[in-house]
Amino acid sequence: MRSSDGHIFVLLLPLLVIVGFALMALVDRRRGHLAGPGFFARNGVGIGLYLLLAVSFWTLLVIVLPQLFMVEMAFRPKLPPAATGGPRDVYTLENFRYFLYGSTTSTAAWNVTHLTAFWKTIVASILVTAGNFLLCYPLAFYMAQMAKAARVRLLLLLLIAPYWVNEVLRAFAFRVILGTSGVLNKLLLGAGLIDAPVDFLGLDVGLYAGLSYAYLLLMIFPLYNAIESLDGRLIEAARDLGAPWWRIHKDIVIPFAKPGIASGCTLVFMLTSGALAAPLVLGGPRSLWFTPIVYDRFYQAFNWPQGSAYAFILLLTCVAFVLAVLRLGKLSLGEITR
Amino acid sequence: MTEAVELANLTVRFGDFTAVENANLRIQAGEFFSFLGPSGCGKTTILRTISGFIEPTEGAVRIGGQDMRGIGANQRPTALIFQSLALFPMMSVADNVGYGLRVRGVGKAARDRKVDELLNVVALGDQGGKMVDELSGGQRQRVAIARALAVEPQVLLLDEPLSALDLKLRQHMRNELRAIQRRVGITFIYITHDQGEALTMSDRIAVMNRGRIEQVGDGRTVYDAPDTGFVASFVGEINAIPGRVSATADGYAALETPLGVLRGRNPKGLAVGATAQLYVRPEMLLPNPTAAENSLSAVAEEHAYEGNLTHLACRAAGLRLTVLLGARESRDPPAHGAPIALGFAAADARVLPGD
Repeated sequence: MRSSDGHIFVLLLPLLVIVGFALMALVDRRRGHLAGPGFFARNGVGIGLYLLLAVSFWTLLVIVLPQLFMVEMAFRPKLPPAATGGPRDVYTLENFRYFLYGSTTSTAAWNVTHLTAFWKTIVASILVTAGNFLLCYPLAFYMAQMAKAARVRLLLLLLIAPYWVNEVLRAFAFRVILGTSGVLNKLLLGAGLIDAPVDFLGLDVGLYAGLSYAYLLLMIFPLYNAIESLDGRLIEAARDLGAPWWRIHKDIVIPFAKPGIASGCTLVFMLTSGALAAPLVLGGPRSLWFTPIVYDRFYQAFNWPQGSAYAFILLLTCVAFVLAVLRLGKLSLGEITR
Repeated sequence: MTEAVELANLTVRFGDFTAVENANLRIQAGEFFSFLGPSGCGKTTILRTISGFIEPTEGAVRIGGQDMRGIGANQRPTALIFQSLALFPMMSVADNVGYGLRVRGVGKAARDRKVDELLNVVALGDQGGKMVDELSGGQRQRVAIARALAVEPQVLLLDEPLSALDLKLRQHMRNELRAIQRRVGITFIYITHDQGEALTMSDRIAVMNRGRIEQVGDGRTVYDAPDTGFVASFVGEINAIPGRVSATADGYAALETPLGVLRGRNPKGLAVGATAQLYVRPEMLLPNPTAAENSLSAVAEEHAYEGNLTHLACRAAGLRLTVLLGARESRDPPAHGAPIALGFAAADARVLPGD
């Protein structure tokens, strides 16, 4: 298949998706899963049409089509504009080959730099997610089950307010704090705890702190929501039956909040592994995060097909990982959106 | 008999609000003891203080003679059955029942044996594998009881556990609770606002009002010989006739009322001149008496037929009186507006301080 035909595939697939959804809705209605008046009867023709158009615009043009173009591009060679659509413009795996072997043709040696960065990114994202969970769970539990309403409002405001500041600026704030001549080093030097400044950024402390902080809210809120809907009397019942505090969390709170935990962890993991600002601003000289590499494919190497392939690999790996973890936790995708 | 639970000068305050004021009480081991009172009277606060979720502001809770101050809810020899039951929705019935044993580190084999035994006690022998939400209301109730009994508490605390059930099931569960209590022989402390529940199940009842224990006694004492106007009117139906004490003799008092001079028992030793109320139960007011110590004339108003008995509302000197007619007497109830003579024995009426 010539790759110029791919554009038809890119436009046809969303249509197929729409038809598929329409059919599913029809079948559901036939079987009686959906009762009551139809979509247009319920919302009126005007609002119904608006909803339909708005949602399809949003999903198709903003989400589905760009992703599909990217996937399609990932399987095409990098060609000068003149050769586009020519005989060399055929579907190929060379971009993926480059990721693995560092060459579009040879398979002699592994592409150590990129592969290391890739796995480091995945592992670090898992660690950041786990750290974020450990940080947020006690706070979410306190807010959801123990604090008075006024205290909860204050805490929420304190949590949200810093996020009014731009993401890049927030990342730079960590540089100011953690740099060799930064606030923290000055404090430690002044207190006589260290003799020479510590290179926190070079040790990636800044990177992990920045990444954790960047998506903190996306962990807090699902946890808070899930724990808040837990009936406090279940906790009392467990305590009454003799459970120490850690068992109450292990046996009652965490199993109950599992969908919220999965939802928060999924969000933080996906966003951390795809984060760009924090690695660019806070990444030490020795640390190579995967997203800046992808960024470089696009804007330094001007190799859009290769960049697409790299982004696709990252996306696919993360989705597969998340699905595998959900399966291990016996959770369905539907549950984490509750 | 030893006492299972003792409340000594127990006071619980939340900020400015006094939920329980100076409660003194000894509950015997093996007793079925009820706290009866309207909502907000402090009965749930007492229960939560015994179970360890609330610390007393003053005074002490002793269980088996031991002061419970500083001993957490998870360390006390009590088990609480919540009004909402609070069964764990993420666990099976058997896991719910076995939870208390699991956190105590009881091995799986011993735990399973105990769970089976308890599920049989509450007649749920074959339901252990089900999830909680697959059970009916009455079955869930029994799971909660089994879960609480599993930890072999000295005292079982029940916070209006039957209030969510429908009438038939509630009556059935009353008998069942009482039977379970006899079988296991431990102390039950039961909270309710339903006097019928308290009267049918309890060995003794504490009637509570506004944070105070007004009277403690068995059902018959509380019903037949109430100490206060509140107890008289909260437990069962009663007619209250206001007046002023005009004479006292031999434990009886004569009361000057709008309906004439009426005599009744004087358990509080009220003196001449005191304002008081005379309380007499509807079933003690007899229509057309032949010879009665107290008699009054009233006008019959509407009546409510309830099959085995009939409530007849009367009016006398602006006071509304209720008379309970048996099935035989109510075959031909007096017409609306017809005069009716009523009488009652002085021993069946009580003169208590007026509010």
